[in-house]
Order: sequence, then C-alpha cells, then structure tokens
Amino acid sequence: MTTPLVEVENAQLHYRVGSAVSAMMGLPSVVKAVDGISFSLNKGESVGLLGESGCGKTSMGRLLVRLENVTGGSARFDGAEISQLKGRALRTFRSRSQMIFQNPFDAVNPRYTLAKTMAEPLANAGIPKSEWRDRIIKALELVRLADPEQYLDRFPHQLSGGQLQRVVMARALILEPDFVVADEPVSMLDVSVRAGVLNVFREVRDKLGLTAIYISHDLALVRYVCERTIVMYLGRIMEDGPTEAIVREPLHPYTQALVAAVPTPNADQSHEPLPIGRGAPDPRNPPSGCVFRDRCPKAFDRCAAEVPASKKVGTRHVACHLFDEAG
Amino acid sequence: MSQPLLSVKNLSIVYEVPNLDVVAVSRASFDVPRGSIVGLVGESGCGKTTMARAFTRIISDNAKITEGSMDFDGKDLAKISEREMNDLRWRDIAFVPQSAMNSLDPVYRVEYQMHEVLRGRGGMSRSQAKARAAELFEMVGIEANRLRDFPHQFSGGMRQRVAIALALALNPKLIVADEPVTALDVIVQRQILDQMRALQRDLGISIIMVTHDISVVAYICDRTVVMYAGEVVEDCETATLLSKPLHPYTMGLKNAFPDIASAGTGILTPISGAPPDLARPPAGCRFAARCPFALDHCRSVSPTLMSFGDDHSVACHRAHEAEALRAQAALPETWGEIL
Repeated sequence: MTTPLVEVENAQLHYRVGSAVSAMMGLPSVVKAVDGISFSLNKGESVGLLGESGCGKTSMGRLLVRLENVTGGSARFDGAEISQLKGRALRTFRSRSQMIFQNPFDAVNPRYTLAKTMAEPLANAGIPKSEWRDRIIKALELVRLADPEQYLDRFPHQLSGGQLQRVVMARALILEPDFVVADEPVSMLDVSVRAGVLNVFREVRDKLGLTAIYISHDLALVRYVCERTIVMYLGRIMEDGPTEAIVREPLHPYTQALVAAVPTPNADQSHEPLPIGRGAPDPRNPPSGCVFRDRCPKAFDRCAAEVPASKKVGTRHVACHLFDEAG
Repeated sequence: MSQPLLSVKNLSIVYEVPNLDVVAVSRASFDVPRGSIVGLVGESGCGKTTMARAFTRIISDNAKITEGSMDFDGKDLAKISEREMNDLRWRDIAFVPQSAMNSLDPVYRVEYQMHEVLRGRGGMSRSQAKARAAELFEMVGIEANRLRDFPHQFSGGMRQRVAIALALALNPKLIVADEPVTALDVIVQRQILDQMRALQRDLGISIIMVTHDISVVAYICDRTVVMYAGEVVEDCETATLLSKPLHPYTMGLKNAFPDIASAGTGILTPISGAPPDLARPPAGCRFAARCPFALDHCRSVSPTLMSFGDDHSVACHRAHEAEALRAQAALPETWGEIL
C-alpha cells in the first residue's frame, strides 16, 4: 500500500483572541478553529471540506499549505511534519503544495502585470529566468486561456473574474505541485462562467494527478469536484465519507441540514424549515459535549455530557451519539 | 386584475462617460404585481443593479434616465421631482443595497441607525422609535436587546437581517433587495430567504430580488425577469421559466448550475464568451455572439420583447422553435467548448 500524501492526526489550531482585560474578566480567550481533526488523503484523491462560515474549513486548508501552524496534534505531508519543515525541505514543500484563493481580485497584486504575477513563484523556486516565459505560457494554456500571449502584459482589472481565476489557478500550478487546496474558488464568479472554471479544475487535477482539497459551503459544488466529503462544524469533523452517499443519505443531523439547504434550480423544491436551530454559537464558548447539540433537533442527554467519538457506519465515519449503538 | 404595483416601460439608463455613452439599461419593460416577489436575474454588468437603484433614483450622478417610465402606484418614478421621490424613499420603496452586511455604519450602534430612519424619516418620537425598533428586530428574528450592539458584533447573516429590518421600518409597499444573500453560506441564505417570504406574506408587500443566482429565484420568486446586456430578454412566472424557458440564455443558465436533486452530476456547461461592451453594443441580438442557435438574421436585427403565450414575454427571433431548441440546449455539445 502507498502511504498517504497528507496525514492529519488530532490536529489543532487554536487562535488566541481578546485582550488582557477580557482575560482578567474571565472571558474565554481561545477560538478553537481546528480542534482535533484527523483524516488522511491518498495520492490523487480529492476531498471536499464542507461547512458553514466559521466552521474552520479554511483554517484547516491553511494548515496544510503552511499558512498557519498546528498548535497541537500533527499534520504531515509526504511523511514530514509540515510545521517542522526548514530550509531546503521547506522550499520544496512550498513548490509542491499550493492554495487557490476565493477572490481572484484579492489574490493578485493589482499593480503587477500578469507576467510578473506568474513569475513570482518561479523566482522564489529559483527557476532560471530563461525558462520563465515558456513556463508561464504553458501554465496559462493548461487552464485553457485561449491565446495566452495576450495576457502577459495585462493588469488584473483588465480581465473578467473568470479569466482572472484561471490565472490564479495557473499561478498555483506553475511549479507543478502535487497538492492543491482550493478555497471556494468559484464563489465570486457568475454562474455562467463557474461551470467552465470547475471543468478546468477537474481536467487539470486529472491530468496532473493532483491531490486536492476543495473547500466550500455548497455540497452541490463539492459533489461536482470530489468523490469524498468531510463535513466540519466548529472545528470538528461531523461526517466523512463518499460524496454520493452523503448527498443521498446524510447521516449526521448537521449534514442533513446542509443537504437540505443546498439551493437547486428547480421550481418544485421543498420549503420546509431547515432541521437546524438558527445561529452558530460563539466559537469562544462552544457547547459542552457535542458542539452541534444546541442547534440539533435530535439532541438528547448524552450529547451535552460526552463528546461523540467518530464511529464507522458503513462506508462512512460519523461523530454523533445517535450512532453509538450502531457500531 | 388589479393594477401592478410597479410598471416599468421602455426604461433606458445611460452612464455618461467623457466621449462615451454606456447604455446600462436599454428599453426595459416589466411589471411587479402587488404582493409578489419578482426576481431580476442576470450576470455582472447586465444592468440589474442600475435598474434596481433607479426605482429609488439613487443612481450615480453621471447616470441619466433617458427614456421610459416607472409607474409606481400612479406616480412616474422617472418624472416626479426630487422632493416627491424623497417622500417615497423608505416610506413606500425601501432599498437594501448589495452587501448590505457592509452598509451599516460601523461607528454607530444599530439602534442609532434604526432611529435615524424611524425618527428622521418616519417622524416618530423617541419612545415610538424604540418600540418600533424592538418590534422590527423581532420580525427578523433577532433579540431586541441586541439593538445596543455595534454592527461588528453581529455575524454576516444577522447584519443582513438588520438591513432587512431597516428596510421594513416604515412599512413600505415595495422592497428592492440587491443580492441580499450573496456571500452568505447555504444555511444562512435559506433562513434569510424563508424570513423574506414570511414577511412578504404577512405584510402583503412586494419584493424585487436582484440576483445572479437562479437557485435563489427558483426558491423564492413568483416571477422572474431575465436581463442580458442591459435588455430584458425573458419575463414570466418562475415555474414556467425553469420548466419551459424560451430564451437560449435562460436555457444556458440552467445548464451551468449544479443540481443536487439530480441523479448524477453530469457535466456543467458554461456559456462561453462574455457579454458585449455596452459602450459599443453589437447590431442585432446582443446574445448572438454566445448563442449556439444564432442565425444570420439574429446578428443584424435586434429582437424585441414580445408576448409569447400566456403571460410569457421573450426577446428572441427563434422563440417559436423553443421546444426543439430546449432539447438541443440540454446537450453539452451544443454549447461548444466546456472548458
């Protein structure tokens, strides 16, 4: 068996928040953005990280490309602890793992031409200057920008959102990484161009054999890109399994609400109220036991007392006391 | 049938840029029936926001309404004086701006901002305003004790609710909401839409929802007006629009959207190309360059919005062939390159 490319074990990312004053007043001063997450990704696997804003999905993604460091537990890439990488090993890691950001207009310097934007990673990786132009053109072709030469001297504001997101994708791919974290890459784009960007993402991933994490709150988009989905809530994993199974029969009560909330382009859709309480709790002060219990329509006594462990249910893992006996 | 609450006829709005006129809205016509939610859908730059802002005439200084009328309850919003318009704002027509989340003033408590509307525009006393503000917060599902909070103390979804509460403050007949749920995650989006529907029903108001997202329209709008490059290209009941679209652009929009209710994922088909430059719009149909069904005729003669069957208007030369075109539009290869 091959070893996984990415292995996360009980990873934690706790942010210190608030002031000395609020600490003296006894207010909690830690946000547990990622709190005990474990999963692993095989080479070439694509996984969706699904959850509402504030669930820690972006923090989790940032840990894996070392834009943050774990404050506890472990996150390994190709066997090495990501937060411990130094020197040459860190440089290699930086070229092997990349992030594609949500808003393409925020992800590039508005005063740089696209050639300059694209050349930055090449310069950082020490690629000889003579190769830059060819590699930039090749990367732009990879994301299916027609006639790529024309983009080199343009500035970001001269491109549409869809074109610029392709450039951002090309920049992430220019060093031929093994691993990509895409953070809601189409949420800022018009519906009519989204499909093209998603199709390019799928094509490039398959062509390069990329291992990918796709972060989104919309299961319909995750389903289009990933065969496996991890559902997060307040820094923890609620459910992890094949996307189709999750779409057809969500097991965790939170996943059920997420599936019910996905908008569809059909007139005959359910208008039933969502099976979830309103408003996520204050992340500084999450409920005891199961973090989802105060919004959960099925919560019972044990949910407040004990943190549910992750249990295997068929092809999936679910962290919910409803499945305690199912074993 | 009663008169529509708002009837837009041949409305054109032009941005005057030195040496250039950009026609953002071009002879647009549609009605908003009383007590209904009407969606105004289209991609960025199609003129939907410009038009929505024109209903309260909060368009920028270089934008001019060059022709047409907006008949609101017997008054033409295009013609009335600034003073009359000002009387209508908040009281009869309220506008919820795009990213309303960020439209609240960060340095004032939400209560102060509510009072600005209730007392300044509504002429209420301090105690009346206090009571009304509490009532409004309850209507949108926020505890009244949060009135003393600053905007940053609310989550994005709650700020959106505050913006809706503000719009409701003086019992308007019409609320114009510009992308009210864009940037919110699916659960909050759904809860806000449910709230807007309930308020619309309970208060009997009308709502215009400006959005680029056809799933929002599918979920909440009774009628939908599709805009493309400044023109209204299709207008009918939402159920009809989704099941029997007549315009190829509408057909394309549906193909581009992932449907979790479908059996498999299939292939999402983008509409390749980009909308035309509105400073130099092409001759003929503006969608022709991206339309897989365009004929020579389409590239030279501009189609007008015509009634086609019951309560369904469309601007397309091939609308009479729509059934056959729909079958073709469902095939990804019809749209050419999917990447």
